[in-house]
Order: sequence, then structure tokens, then C-alpha cells
Amino acid sequence: MSNEAILHGAHDTHAHDDHHGHEHHEQHFFTKYVFSQDHKMIAKQFLITGIIWAIIGALMSVFFRLQLGFPDKSFPIMEKFLGEWAKGGKLDPEFYYALVTMHGTILVFFVLTAGLSGTFANLLIPLQIGARDMASPFMNMLSYWFFFVAGVIMFISLFIQTGPASGGWTTYPPLSALKEASLGSGLGMDLWLISMSLFVVSSLLGGLNYVSTILNMRTKGMTMTRMPLTIWALFFTAVLGILSFPVLFSGFVLLIFDRSFGTSFYLSEIFIGGKALPNVGGSAILYQHLFWFLGHPEVYIIMLPGMGMASEILSTNSRKPIFGYFAMIISLVGITVLAFLVWAHHMFVTGMSPFLGSIFVLLTLLIAVPSAVKVFNWLTTIWKGNLRFTPAMMFALGFVSLFISGGLTGIFLGNSALDIHLHDTYFVVAHFHIVMGVSAFFGMFAGIYHWYPKMFGRFMNKPLAYIHFFATFIGAYLIFWPMHYEGIAGMPRRYYDFSAWESFKNYGSLNAFISIVVIIVFFAQLLFVYNFFASIWKGRKMTTQNPWGSTTLEWTTPINPGHGNWEGDIPEVYRWAYDYKDDGNGNDFVPQTTPLKPGEESH
Amino acid sequence: MSHSTTAPTTKAFGGGRSPFNVSYGKIMMWFFLLSDAFTFSAFLISYGTTRFFSAVWPDSNHVFSSFPFMSGGDKPLMFVSLMTFILILSSVTMVLAVHAGHCNDKQGVIKWLLWTIIGGIAFLSCQAWEWTHLNHQGAWWASFQDVHSPKDVYTHFFKPDVLAAATPEQLSQSTNNFFNFFFTITGFHGAHVTSGVIFNILILVNTVNGVYEKRGHYEMVEKVGLYWHFVDLVWVFVFTCFYLL
Repeated sequence: MSNEAILHGAHDTHAHDDHHGHEHHEQHFFTKYVFSQDHKMIAKQFLITGIIWAIIGALMSVFFRLQLGFPDKSFPIMEKFLGEWAKGGKLDPEFYYALVTMHGTILVFFVLTAGLSGTFANLLIPLQIGARDMASPFMNMLSYWFFFVAGVIMFISLFIQTGPASGGWTTYPPLSALKEASLGSGLGMDLWLISMSLFVVSSLLGGLNYVSTILNMRTKGMTMTRMPLTIWALFFTAVLGILSFPVLFSGFVLLIFDRSFGTSFYLSEIFIGGKALPNVGGSAILYQHLFWFLGHPEVYIIMLPGMGMASEILSTNSRKPIFGYFAMIISLVGITVLAFLVWAHHMFVTGMSPFLGSIFVLLTLLIAVPSAVKVFNWLTTIWKGNLRFTPAMMFALGFVSLFISGGLTGIFLGNSALDIHLHDTYFVVAHFHIVMGVSAFFGMFAGIYHWYPKMFGRFMNKPLAYIHFFATFIGAYLIFWPMHYEGIAGMPRRYYDFSAWESFKNYGSLNAFISIVVIIVFFAQLLFVYNFFASIWKGRKMTTQNPWGSTTLEWTTPINPGHGNWEGDIPEVYRWAYDYKDDGNGNDFVPQTTPLKPGEESH
Repeated sequence: MSHSTTAPTTKAFGGGRSPFNVSYGKIMMWFFLLSDAFTFSAFLISYGTTRFFSAVWPDSNHVFSSFPFMSGGDKPLMFVSLMTFILILSSVTMVLAVHAGHCNDKQGVIKWLLWTIIGGIAFLSCQAWEWTHLNHQGAWWASFQDVHSPKDVYTHFFKPDVLAAATPEQLSQSTNNFFNFFFTITGFHGAHVTSGVIFNILILVNTVNGVYEKRGHYEMVEKVGLYWHFVDLVWVFVFTCFYLL
């Protein structure tokens, strides 16, 4: 289907209605803002939904940090929010687990998967490859609404009497398979599974669209090797999602049978409440394999969009071509392939054969190679550049910093021998929060600040953005750096109260310090939320099409592009996305739409 | 790496055209099938590992040895061979429907799609009979969990010498696992066949109404064809895992 046909197809149904009416009929409120098929509006829907979920998820972490930092105090404000679950301002132990579980689920899936790649894949793919819209705008819309319904169900599960799922975001059986195992194992877990199954459908619908759009709908001259790295990254993100989520889905199907039809895929010889269950022959480890076959690629589903956007933003704001464009693509391929071959490094202590473990150690450590290639390329891109410290650039730099810090601790954890000691300690918590939590958030913030003008035609407030950056950047290190020490000392994750242990008592004040920083950083994020929403109406208006002096196609569209993105023909592309060089007219960049001069060599 | 400015339009990946000369819909279908292949692989690998760790396992020649309307259980794998033959035949008729679509032969598409649908329904009916038959022998989800069951409940499923040598725990565990996986995976496949039949019916209705004649091409037939062949291919693997190995 051609680019033009997509839009005409979408308008066909209307065309019959008002055949004799005006040519440019106004879109109805519902088709424009709610059931929109415009990729830019769907991107905003994903983003705003993601922001709402991020606030909920972050608030949960504030609550359980209050418990961890000040186990002997009570906080009446918690009772206001959580009611019965925090009677007298003291967090209920059962609900502590529910909060931790929901915090993980919400941040990993709803914010950093749907909120991140849902937003930027939808916004950037058609704009940067020069397409009118996604290959199938209708499926794109469905993708958002499946995500929305998944969110509604998860949200409802927060309010049921027995509380939401509480077996950890990985929902390992038997805690997730036996309804009697804990409070959250009942209805809460059922709703979790339904919600996540819908989420898998949403992710699949989105992913199929992203891949086929990138392959099929590039504008004339936009060869694969002229695409911005954001598009390459989003392409591999979609491939990862398409191939790993179905395996999780299989795992869920077997789990649902274990929960509701009495089977024993994951269950064997279990006593509950002193009574033996009839289940025989299953293996809880099987679920872990199926889960982590998604779970590990999921980490890269979260990381890759940030990597792509950081590449783009660092290059633009250094006024230099990206260093090692092909090395960047090849390392993305390497990460994508290796992502599928390392899942068992989450399972070193499950009694896995040490020989098998050593193979997974090798494959895991191999990921350091493409990751390091990317880091060196980012550093050499900004090396001797004309750096412009826009908020987006600050966050992109922060992304690189956090990716290095968090990545290095990954090398510790990838060793199966060290993992015996570090497994399930705060070292792990610190590692993954820095490398895929905060770092991915920095990629997301960088993207939001950078493409906000394209989304809303206005800029976000700069001073607020800088406060947001420094509070978050310093805060993130203050929160997670000390956790490494706690983890090396053996402090286990998921514990409700460390003051009861002689060995961990002396970390009481450190835990209190971390909790205080968490609260400050939480309010810094609210500053961002205020900035984001206020700027939609009050932000400084964009006056030029290309405020950052970028080479890519999205900045050749009108300031407030309509459905279809370009008025008139789609621009043709003549060069790669990183021609930051003297164009002979006093500009330091050459847009992709500028034909090569006679005698000029392409990159 | 240097590109000249005029060449890209003719190159496959030069932009402004589909690199494989296929519509986005077919690319989506291919990627969806890849995704679905991972779902089935996960199921079958789970089945394989569970079986690998079992001391004994039901013998498919004993489990699947009945034929409808024929007494006695001495026809090992006969019925499932018939089922498989029907499904493969329906793939052949699907190929013919797609071919008729290429020739813009509306009557041909209708005829061969109809046969494909009949094949699909026949397969599903066979599966329904097989499930019912096994159910009569006591097999269902979670049906052999009792380790204290006497050995005769397993006579339909094991070779006599294996049955004599195995402990009650081994028999209970392996039979339970076998049928849990059997009903889940063949059920999941059956659900795919069912949705395939529904898609085929929808496409048939559109064809009869002349939707594709007006459109000038029968690509939708090709797309459901891809899905149909995939579902058949998956059956080959399911068949191998449960009936042959």
C-alpha cells in the first residue's frame, strides 16, 4: 500500500458522508483526540498514560522507602493514601510486597516499555523515515487501546480487598500459581495475568506495525543506512518484542492452567497450611526459563530506544556526525542477538548445572563488547564537539554516565561465582535500577525535551528542566550508589524491616538517607510533570521549523503538522542523517533533503 | 560506503518502495507468524524438557490406538494419520485457492476456499472425537494426580512391560504431565485452526460478495493462506512431538 493510500483509506469512510460538504472538514473530538489514528496523537496518548503510570509507580516506591528508611516510625499520610493497608500510618507487611510487585510491573512494562517505545516509535518512525503514518493506523490505535484496557485492569487490581499481585514482578510460582499462597495470589494475581496478556497483545500489534513501517514505507532515497539511529534502535526494539513476548505468553497460559484447572506444570509436592497438595511432576524452574526468555530481552526493549535517542541527541547537540555509524548498527544487532542467549544468568542459583552456567557467563560477558562499542562511540561523538547543553543534551549525557556506571556492575553479576554471593541482594537492586531504570528514564527524558517542540509546537521551560536534571542525576546516584555497599554486605532485597537483623542494623541511617533522597527526587519528577503539562498551553512557542538545527526529516514538517505530516509531497532524501558539517552557507549542518553537491561524496 | 544520487530508487532498500515487493500486510503476517512460532516453540520445548526428566512416559502407540466406529484398540496412529492427511489436504486446497486468486478467478477461489474450510472443520471434528475418546478413558487436565491409583487406570497408555516395571509415582507423574501438555498444546493448536476457519469464512464471504473482484486483487486470500499453512506446519511439529517421538 502506498503512503498516500493510507490516509485516503482512512478518510474514505468520511468522504461518503459529506461528499457535497466542505473539503477540509473538521475532525470530530473523538476521532482527533480519543480514537485517533494519527501516529502523533497515539504517541502523545502513550506518553501521557506512561507519565500517569510513572507517578503511581514512583509514589509506591516512596511508600515502601518510608518503611525501609524509618521502620520504627509511622506516617499518617500513608493511611490517607492506602487506607486499611497502612493502619495508623504503618505499612502492612503483606501490602509491602504488593507495592514492590506493582512498582516493578508498572515501571518495567507500563512506563519503560509501552510509555517509552510506544511514544517514540509512534512519534519518530513515520516522521524520521518520511512516511505519512504507520503502515496500519488502525492497528496502531488498537495497540494503544489494548494497552489502555490492560492498564485499567491493573489499576482496578490495586483497589480490591485482597490487594494486587504480591509475588514480585516476576510472579514466580508457586506464589503466583496457588491462590491460597498469599493475599495477592488470589484475585489480584488473576487480574495481573489478564492485564499482562492484554499488554502482550498491545505490544505485538505495535511491534508488527513498527517493523513493517520501517521496512516498507521509507521515503525515496531513505536507504536503511541513511536512517537515523533512533529508527534502527526502535526497529530492533520491535523485533525483540515480537520474538520474546510470545514466550512469556506461553508461560502465562501454563500458569493460568495451573491456577484454574488444577494442572501441575509448575507445581510439585507442595504443602500449604500443613496440607499436602495433589500436584505432582511439575517444575517451578520451567516458569523461570519461560519468564526470563522474555525477561532478559525485555531489558533491551527498555534500553534500546534510549540508546537510539541518545545517539541522535548527542550528535545533534555536539554539532558533529555520530562516530561509528555502522559500528552502532552492528552493535545493536549484536545486542539483539545476544539478548536471546543470556536469560539463564538470572537463574544461576536455581541449581543449574555449573557447566551450563559457565556458558551463560560467557555469553553474558560478551554483551559488554557491543555495549562498550556504543559507549566509546558516544564519547568520541562528543569529543571536541561544539557542545550545546540543552536539557535534552544534559539528559543524554546523564544517560551515558548512568549506562557506564550500571553496566560495569553488570560484569560483576554476570559471573556465576560472584552471583552466588550477590544474588537477590541490594547490589542487584542498585545495578538494574541504574542501568535500565534510571538510565532508560534519562533516555526518555532526553527524548521528551528534544522532541517536545515537535509534539506540541512549544518548548518546555528551561530553568525547570535544569533543576529537574540535576536533582534527578545527583539524586539517582545518591539513592543507588550506597545500595551497592549494602548488597556487598549481603543485605537481601524484598525484606520488610532490616532493623530486626543484627547484621544489617548498622545500615539503618544509610537506609534513612536513601529514603530522604527518594522523596526529594520524587518531588523533582513532579516538577517535570508540571513543566510538561503547563508547557502544552503556556510554553514558549516554536517560531522556526528546525529549532535544534537537525538534519533529520521530522524538522522539515510544518510546526504543527496535520495528519499526513507533510503538506504537499513527501521530501526525498539524498544523504545520511548525520551530515553535521559546513554547508558552505554558514550553517553547520546539511539536512537529509539537500541533494549532494557536484563532486560531493556521501558519507 | 558511497551512494550515488540516482541509483537508490532502483535498489531494493533504496526507499520509496517495498524492498521485497510485498505489501505491509504480508510483512506483518510474516512477523506475526514468526512470533507465533515462538509461542509454540516455548510450549513444545517445555513439553520436551518435562519428558526428558521423566523416568517413564506414555507410549503413543497405546494412547492413540482407536478409530471411530471400529471396535478394539489395535489401530495405532491410524486415526491421527487420517487427521494429519486431512489437514495437509486442506493446505493443498488453500494453495489452489491462492493460485485461483492470482488468476483473478473468482469461482475458483470460492470453490477451493470452501474445500479448505471443509477440511478445517473435518480436522476439528476429528480432534473433538479424539478428545472425547481420551476423556472416556479418564484423561483430562489434572486427571492422573492420585499416586494411589491402581495400575489398571494406566493400561491404555503404556507398553505392558513398562507398566509392570514402573512405580505408581512414576506412572502418575508422567501420565499427568503427558495429558496436561497434550490437551493444552493440541487445544492451543485447535484454537488456531478454529480462528483460521473463521478467517477463511470471512474471506469467502467477501469473495462471494465481490469485494476482491472490485479491488482487483485477491491478496487477502494470500494472507489467510499464509496463516493456514503456518497452522498446518505447526501441526507437523505437534504431531511429531506427541505421536511419533
